[in-house]
Amino acid sequence: MPLHLTRRLLLQSTAATLALAAMGAKTAAAAGGGRLIVAADSEPKNLNPAIVASNGVFFIASKVIEPLAEASFTGKDGLEPRLATDWEGSADGLSATFRLREGVTWHDGKPFTSADVAFSALNLWKPLQNLGRIVFANLADVETPDAATAIFRFSKPTPFQMIRNALPVVTSVVPKHLFEGTDIAANPANNRLVGTGPFKFAEYRPGEYYRLERNAGYWSEDQPALNEIVYRVLPDRAGAATALEAEEIHLAAFSAVPLADLDRISKVPGLQVVTKGYEALTYQLIVEINHRRKELADVRVRRAIAHAIDRDFVVRTIFLGHAQAATGPVPQNATEFYTPDVPAYAFDVAKANALLDEAGYPRDANGTRFTLKLLAAPYFSETRQFGDYLRQALAKIGIDAGLASNDSAAHQKAVYTDHAFDLAVAPPVFRGDPAISTTILVQSGLPAGVPFSNQGGYANAELDGVIAKAAETVDEKARIALYNEFQRLVAEDLPLINVAEWGFTTVTRDTVANVGSNPRWAVSNWADLAVTE
Amino acid sequence: MARALTLVRRRLLGSIPVLLLVVALTFLLLESASGDAADAYLLSIGGGDAAFAETLRQAYGLDQSVWARLWLYVQALARLDLGWSVAFNRPVSDLVLERLPNTLLLMGTATALSFALGSFLGILAGSRPGSLRDRLLSAGSLTLYAVPGFWLGLVLVIVFSVWLRWLPTSGLETIASGKHGLARAADIGRHLVLPVGALGVIYTALFLRVMRSGMAEIWERDFILFARSRGIPRRRILLSHVARNALLPLVTVLGLQSAAMLGGSVVIESVFAIPGFGRLAHEAVSGRDAPLLMGVILVSAVMVIAVNLLIDVVYAALDPRIGGREAGP
Repeated sequence: MPLHLTRRLLLQSTAATLALAAMGAKTAAAAGGGRLIVAADSEPKNLNPAIVASNGVFFIASKVIEPLAEASFTGKDGLEPRLATDWEGSADGLSATFRLREGVTWHDGKPFTSADVAFSALNLWKPLQNLGRIVFANLADVETPDAATAIFRFSKPTPFQMIRNALPVVTSVVPKHLFEGTDIAANPANNRLVGTGPFKFAEYRPGEYYRLERNAGYWSEDQPALNEIVYRVLPDRAGAATALEAEEIHLAAFSAVPLADLDRISKVPGLQVVTKGYEALTYQLIVEINHRRKELADVRVRRAIAHAIDRDFVVRTIFLGHAQAATGPVPQNATEFYTPDVPAYAFDVAKANALLDEAGYPRDANGTRFTLKLLAAPYFSETRQFGDYLRQALAKIGIDAGLASNDSAAHQKAVYTDHAFDLAVAPPVFRGDPAISTTILVQSGLPAGVPFSNQGGYANAELDGVIAKAAETVDEKARIALYNEFQRLVAEDLPLINVAEWGFTTVTRDTVANVGSNPRWAVSNWADLAVTE
Repeated sequence: MARALTLVRRRLLGSIPVLLLVVALTFLLLESASGDAADAYLLSIGGGDAAFAETLRQAYGLDQSVWARLWLYVQALARLDLGWSVAFNRPVSDLVLERLPNTLLLMGTATALSFALGSFLGILAGSRPGSLRDRLLSAGSLTLYAVPGFWLGLVLVIVFSVWLRWLPTSGLETIASGKHGLARAADIGRHLVLPVGALGVIYTALFLRVMRSGMAEIWERDFILFARSRGIPRRRILLSHVARNALLPLVTVLGLQSAAMLGGSVVIESVFAIPGFGRLAHEAVSGRDAPLLMGVILVSAVMVIAVNLLIDVVYAALDPRIGGREAGP
């Protein structure tokens, strides 16, 4: 088709060029800096992500201290290089080699080398870090043939797939020269962070704010775009929303603005709700079951409970649509592992009642079959609301659930140490690989006192076998097949009931660019985040 | 003066057993709550294995018995050492010294303003009990007194910060503003308007009620009738006789309220994100941080005892009939 240069086409193309130029100018202005003020709802007492791998810590620390690789929407295996540029696992699962980025310096000017990686892995990740203790359980040594190569040696075959999936979370590298020879737990650098990231730790005023400053010597040229990030401590749930509306802060992540306020706040001019950027931070709404109760030890009763829950209602009414119904223990956005090919439990009260009749629990004169003690985790308003819903849903099938409420520490002890519950509502996190924090929810033989683990007394030799086999299967396809089997077994026997999966929301001023740019956005380095004002 | 000193000495000695009782009860109360500091911490970081939990408990000293820990705490306290906060990983005394001034500023301003305004409005209402002005003021104060503080705080924020944009929503001063001297004081003042308003309005209502009812009672007394019969002008009777006598119960209420205000500040400090003493107490309870909670409660108890002592001294000075027996030879 020949191109006829018409006046309209000329005008259109000119307009497009102008628009592009304007956008370019805006971005250039953004590179000039600016201060971003965000809401923070907690002040972690230990801010070192190499020791505490939690979202609360990463929210601040990930801008200062970097992992070997970060999650990515487009990169190979869902990863994007950070301090490592390349990685490879050996076929026998006994070693993993990381090529490290060269020319990187710590914020105090010293060079970053493989010695820092080896030190962090052997002295912090493996022995001290809450998740590293699991992922690097079999790590025996880290060899450093040169300053830019680190070779991890394992005592038993360790699937590289798991290590790779865990890289963004468990591999925050800290400077050896500040930690070596000190009492690591008491090192002041746990709170006055020194890293290689796009921002330097500048100031902390307890109860008021954290302030990070631009690292002019950051290895990625032209980054970061911002001059400064200020985290303003706003502990009250209503605080973040009002501060956004009053234009005192730019951004509130991790659903700091309650779901019930989202609809109203999305209509405020200048503010927008962003749901992207939490794809690798999926929380799961589950019902934990105490199998020591004889009624609940019967799979028919557990299936009846699963049929009594209207998952669509939960998603619509409790999560206001910001969630999706779950089919099993692996969330749908973990596409590498997820399989929909598992037994499903449609909302069917009649079927639930029939199952309970069949199990031999008839209704008494009051219409009650038996009573249960229900505990709902108080950490999220959604878990508390689901507790209220579950109580009503169970009443419809003749189960009288007494709902007890506790504060967080008391709930933790009641469920995971004292086992003083029959049903409990919990929000565990899926961390990119089922081996990190998912299989532990159903695996048997765990001591009491392990939070977010199977404390319901469930034991299934077949399921334990699959979990153990997957933990040492190096071949990726075979490992995925094992986890498909894992999902099928869990959905069939229901050691717990998966109800829904949700990510968080961010509310931001529309002058902030690149919000939600990767699947772990809120806890990533924000080097590309810009404010155009 | 000697009388006042005797009173002070007796009260200080008497307060020691009270403080010890406060320590023991707080410790046991927090101990009886389910879950410990390790549970609270594990939750905040998203979990950990059993060996990790055990390491935490050892590090926090939770592997020792309740009595051993209480005894250790009391020993440290005898050396004026408030201990170590496990939830913040810092000395309790540092935290107390950091947070206390914020709360004292908030409470002190709110108390002073509400006392002044409340007694003034109380005089207006009590000058002619039963008049239209009295009935309007009384009804208004009852309404205000019934309003929950956190709700009033949120409403004030919506009106003055979100809609009108006159005042900041929260905080004690503009973050990282780099302001000094008078500019900084003015900035803090602007931030205090709403929390002091929310905290003060309710107490203003209370002071108004007490002042007004005290005056209404005194108007009926014989010495007022006598003063009237002597032809003393009404204005002088009102101020020198009625209001002055009604001020005594108000001073008592002031002492009582200083304690209640510490409680009220827990809520207001959370709503307005002010790093104060009340919020610290809340953080100590949710973190199951016994040394921190006891530090907060002990310092609060000392303050309440001190304020009440001061009130008693003022009281004895205001009214010669009071304190005579206790401070006697």
